[in-house]
Amino acid sequence: MTRSRRLKLQVFRVVVFLVMGAFFLVPIGAMFEFSTRGNSETAPRTLEAWTNIIKTPDLIDAITASLELAAITSIAMLVLLLPTMVWVRLRLPGLHRVVEFLCLLPLTIPAIALVVGLVPISRWMRINMSDSILMLSFLYLVLVLPYSYRALDAGLAAIDIKTLSEAARSLGAGWGTVMLRVIVPNMSSALLNASVLSVAVVLGEYTFANLLNYENLQVAIAYVGLTSAGTSVAVAVASLLFAFALLMILSFVGRPRPRVARAEKTLAPVQLVPPAQGTK
Amino acid sequence: MAAKNAAQRAGVEVRLEDLRRSYAGITALDGLTLTLAPGELVALLGPSGCGKTTAMRLVAGLEEANGGRVMFGGKDVTGLPASKRDVGMVFQAYSLFPHMTAAQNVAFGLSLHKVGAEQRKQRVGEMLELVGLSGYANRYASQLSGGQQQRVALARALAIKPTVLLLDEPLSALDAKVRSRLRDEIRRVQLDAGVTTLFVTHDQEEALAIADRVGVMNAGRLEQLGSPTEIYSRPATPFVAEFVGLTNRIPGTVKFGMVEVRGTELPLVQKDVPTGPATALVRPEAVSLASEGDSVPGPLIGTVIAVSFLGATSRVTVDLGDITVLAQLPTAEASAHPAGTRVRLAIRPDPVLIAREEKAPVEA
Repeated sequence: MTRSRRLKLQVFRVVVFLVMGAFFLVPIGAMFEFSTRGNSETAPRTLEAWTNIIKTPDLIDAITASLELAAITSIAMLVLLLPTMVWVRLRLPGLHRVVEFLCLLPLTIPAIALVVGLVPISRWMRINMSDSILMLSFLYLVLVLPYSYRALDAGLAAIDIKTLSEAARSLGAGWGTVMLRVIVPNMSSALLNASVLSVAVVLGEYTFANLLNYENLQVAIAYVGLTSAGTSVAVAVASLLFAFALLMILSFVGRPRPRVARAEKTLAPVQLVPPAQGTK
Repeated sequence: MAAKNAAQRAGVEVRLEDLRRSYAGITALDGLTLTLAPGELVALLGPSGCGKTTAMRLVAGLEEANGGRVMFGGKDVTGLPASKRDVGMVFQAYSLFPHMTAAQNVAFGLSLHKVGAEQRKQRVGEMLELVGLSGYANRYASQLSGGQQQRVALARALAIKPTVLLLDEPLSALDAKVRSRLRDEIRRVQLDAGVTTLFVTHDQEEALAIADRVGVMNAGRLEQLGSPTEIYSRPATPFVAEFVGLTNRIPGTVKFGMVEVRGTELPLVQKDVPTGPATALVRPEAVSLASEGDSVPGPLIGTVIAVSFLGATSRVTVDLGDITVLAQLPTAEASAHPAGTRVRLAIRPDPVLIAREEKAPVEA
């Protein structure tokens, strides 16, 4: 590659980075600016909208509920989906397409149609199980399936799960050990990806909660927006920043540690030595 | 070596009794019966799809047999899951756990077998030393070459002191030089450990070089089981003759218990060959060449069309007009017959096999 071509490429990258940065940051900046406006055009800037977040009990409850829902949904998704996908890959490969279709199905059905379909189930759960907002996690589990499935599928495809699990089993590992000590550690990035996507979907969910008469973060933002636009925008900015923080954690924590492959010929010659003792 | 082998063998007898396995109606293994003596290394050799890997997976417990039994030291393990069979296995694909170092990989099985931390550490050190990788304990799989990864896998398999060692084409992903070196190393380690070993390969040279006995498989059946010398020198079936080593297929005529091949009468291995046209299977080593100059054409006179240098020997391809014949000669002798020269072939009157339909499987 010539120097001028490399320079052009570098300029192109910087331009793309700046454009993308502006695309994301300008609206957030505008929202932040709006949330810090005073009551009139001449009033000084204030953080009142932001301090209102912690002063509004309903809002705090909604944030707490959404975070709990996000955690429960992510954990339930992993517990349900990971063993299922591993089992299908190892024992029922013929069902791979069927499971993929079922998991991706919620993506193709509008949220409103899903809610209408799930209302009877939700009603039954409210009567027979609990009226808690946390029951929404059962429904959110359906909602996050397509995103989580894609992330986990990519992770499973990146490792030779069949050979690794067979090697572990031949060494005496049961299926639980295979999952926890062999498969999970080798797809930490995929697990984090799936979890973060689930968290992002749950934190941003409005339709289900609103139509089923629950008050989660997005519903609370909408309600607060009716009385205090500044506070609702401040909460929206905060939730966006929270999602960004999660993505940052993903990119740093989930990054595999660098392991440099080396050819055998570059290593020192191996001295074959007789064993200290037999293995039996 | 033989005395050393006998002294060090401490493994158990492994017996496969009438093992059967089919997939969606297609028979992969058709009644395999095989006994491995304690400490013996038996290689299962055959083309892709012959059932050799299926046999190994049934022994390992990674698949369930449709019929038959697997016995370790007289104990029936057919119903046991892989994790309870006490086998060590090295796979064709690299199977080290990528998130663990070489030492952690070797220690994995030991921790599952509840070996104490101190003993585990000592055992890991011994095993890595056994495979010549003491200095590589803290390297991850991606920091090891293919050959080193397979050596660590071997150490990991042996660390748990398995009843049986199973090697599923462990060298096939390696380049020729590393493969040859590691092959010898595996044999050395196996002899040191004294563990009964089943080795699966499609590479005849590998099987003949490493095994006490070789079982040649075809279409889910064991065609022949014998020592490497026996398999090569006295193949029991045409399939074995053609699969193990190169073979010339020369048309001839069977009569009076002999086969006449282009004017030369050769004795037959099989006794029940019907009289009439047949194809004799002649080893290239049984063919010799002599310079012929411009003599009149005859059934065993032809032209050298290629000479392949193989080191101490060379392979000479001779065109006899209607067929080509391979002759394997010492290189010094072959150099006297460059491409284009006229030569007279002679076929040593060793007993030969006649190509025909497959025989019934053997039982060992």
